[in-house]
Amino acid sequence: MPNSNVNPERNIRVATLVSVGQHPKSGRTRRAGQDARAVELGLKMAGTASRLIHVGDMAEPALRQYLGMGLPQLSVLQAGPDADAVPALATHLDEQPADIVLTGVRAESGEASGMVPYLLAERLGWPLIPRIADIQTIDNGMAEVLQALPRGQRRLLRVPLPFVATVDNAAPEARQYAFGPSRRGNFAVSLANTTADDERQQWQELPAKPRPKRLNVVKAKSAADRFKAATAKPQGQGGKVIRDGTDREKAEAIMALLVAEGVVR
Amino acid sequence: MSDIIRRNPRNEWILRNRLHPQHDELTAGSGPVRGPTGLLRKNPHAVGFIGPNGIKRIDRSAGTQGGAGGLSLRARGRSAEAAPLPLHRVEQPDFYVAVVVDLAAGRLSNHDRDVLGQAHQLVKAQADQGAVVAIALGEIRDAAFDTTGADRLIHLTEVHGQPLTGYCPELKLAVLRAVDTELAPRYWLFPDSVHGGADLGARLGARLGERPAVQAWQVDAEQTVCRGGSHRTDWQRPTARLLLLAEECALPIDETRHEARPIELAAIPPVAPRIEDLGPVEVDPSKIALGEAEFILAAGNGIQDWGQFHRAATALGATEGASRVAVDDGNMPRFRQVGATGTWVTARVYIAVGISGAIQHLQGIGQCDKVVAINLDGGCDMIKRADLSVIGDSQGILGELLALAEARQNGTETPPVTANTREEERNVA
Ligand SMILES: Cc1cc2nc3c(=O)[nH]c(=O)nc-3n(C[C@H](O)[C@H](O)[C@H](O)COP(=O)(O)OP(=O)(O)OC[C@H]3O[C@@H](n4cnc5c(N)ncnc54)[C@H](O)[C@@H]3O)c2cc1C
Repeated sequence: MPNSNVNPERNIRVATLVSVGQHPKSGRTRRAGQDARAVELGLKMAGTASRLIHVGDMAEPALRQYLGMGLPQLSVLQAGPDADAVPALATHLDEQPADIVLTGVRAESGEASGMVPYLLAERLGWPLIPRIADIQTIDNGMAEVLQALPRGQRRLLRVPLPFVATVDNAAPEARQYAFGPSRRGNFAVSLANTTADDERQQWQELPAKPRPKRLNVVKAKSAADRFKAATAKPQGQGGKVIRDGTDREKAEAIMALLVAEGVVR
Repeated sequence: MSDIIRRNPRNEWILRNRLHPQHDELTAGSGPVRGPTGLLRKNPHAVGFIGPNGIKRIDRSAGTQGGAGGLSLRARGRSAEAAPLPLHRVEQPDFYVAVVVDLAAGRLSNHDRDVLGQAHQLVKAQADQGAVVAIALGEIRDAAFDTTGADRLIHLTEVHGQPLTGYCPELKLAVLRAVDTELAPRYWLFPDSVHGGADLGARLGARLGERPAVQAWQVDAEQTVCRGGSHRTDWQRPTARLLLLAEECALPIDETRHEARPIELAAIPPVAPRIEDLGPVEVDPSKIALGEAEFILAAGNGIQDWGQFHRAATALGATEGASRVAVDDGNMPRFRQVGATGTWVTARVYIAVGISGAIQHLQGIGQCDKVVAINLDGGCDMIKRADLSVIGDSQGILGELLALAEARQNGTETPPVTANTREEERNVA
């Protein structure tokens, strides 16, 4: 793997967008998991010079948890709960430019569509990389970014600065937040000119219904077929068994299967 | 011969008397039996057969499972035909519903099929006639679009000479925009998956200025229900034009065939991709979380040489797993434990070495595709679960496997496998 410990560089401007998360079971507000990982990545890239941006209410106590990770300041673009965050973020980033904007993949509360980074990237005209695990190197205005794929796989991408990236759960875990720094950090509050999200006002938010499990429906033509499907044991129990032969032959049979399945190259 | 029916009272008497020693001789195989008036008589006692416990069994399954040979001709004809599914044809569609399939590894996933099924539900709910366009970007390795519900198919493997392999969302977005201008689909459907569907759908939504319904799991022509953040809320909203559908949103198509008629796009807007794919990165298999590992080599109580086991896992590039006994004995760390009280794994290939297959362990590997067992005991439960089992000492077989894997790595390929093992491979695959 290429060298992945970049020293914090002061001249790279990293802005992390943070939201208010919620505990999946109790619903209590907290720092959002993916956002905290994004903050951690920002700290790795730019140290304490990386910025935090939040659109919403500064009175939310969970925001202090991000400051507790060791950052001196959090910019709050003060807005109501129904506000559309993207225009406020775009104007803020126009005024105070950044090279890398990090976000989580999806919010932990509300609609959680994960559209904010996409809309922001579209608005700013920057490339977007979803689900990154790490930013490995930056030189000559090009960044090499490690993208997380399913099944623990990784892919290396090269992208020019500035760009937007969403941080996957595969990124290094966020550090614990400490009480002292979370008290000492301060908020830089500015009033955001946002518009209310009217469309969402029409929608209804309900507690999540458990989704029905898909049943194994048997489409049979006759009653006898249905009866058979309901009572018969599934066929094909037990696979191939090799009892005789040398260890070598047995190992070769296993290897053949591994190669056929493509897990051994 | 005269057509006077001659009765044989003695035979009739024997036929009436089921306990007569000659009764079976007279009834069996005598073809159609005529009654005294010439009426065709059916003997209800002659059907069926005597089961192993001496009780008469009548198989009325019409030969679907080849019972005791009492198949009627009609039934045999029916099962042999396996009538082809009816072809669903759309000549002049009034509108299109576009489905962008993930095509992960060149195959249609169950999620893709569900989304195609959802597309047909949306078409049916409309008054006019619509066609489902499947958009497949990249190599197709094994995908039956006709039986999964594609009326039309747009398949591209390259755009402006740039191949659609690896990560190329910008090229794919250009294709989707071309589709949007040419066909103007009434709905855009994506699987909301980590295989690229969610990413591409969000990109298209941002580009077209459409607000997508994300994690939609209950969709009809008017209303959509979407799962909200942390899966704690449902959002009920009017159905959007762009839908990112959750898994199992609708039932896949299975009763019709579709044309999958190819469509050529006239013009794709030029693109200059900014994201460059440098290819996959070698990942240390021991760092992959057990729950998402693709290939697991698991050890149980039947392992003596642990150093050899670790070397084999490294050589094969497998993630290590363990049974509870191996963990309790201190041979493996706790986070490697597979099973009810450990991790539920989803590996495609799972090799169980010296694991007996206790139910607590089998629960944990319920989702594995191919299970290979190496065990001394040919009757243990793991063998019943496994797709391939080899009976023998774990040490010897692991040693040979290690040698084979190392030979592969060094490029000194051992002599080609014998015809015998090829045969096995075919049986196994
Ligand atoms: C509440 C509860 C929860 C549990 N949860 C889990 C769980 O999450 N995961 C789990 O794994 N277990 C769990 N168990 C334990 C489980 O019931 C079994 O005890 C355990 O899985 C057995 O492990 P094993 O197969 O490695 O050992 P054994 O049952 O001892 O099997 C060893 C196998 O190795 C074979 N063998 C021996 N020597 C050799 C050799 N030289 N070469 C090849 N094969 C050889 C034997 O034939 C035998 O089949 C749980 C039990 C309880 C009560």
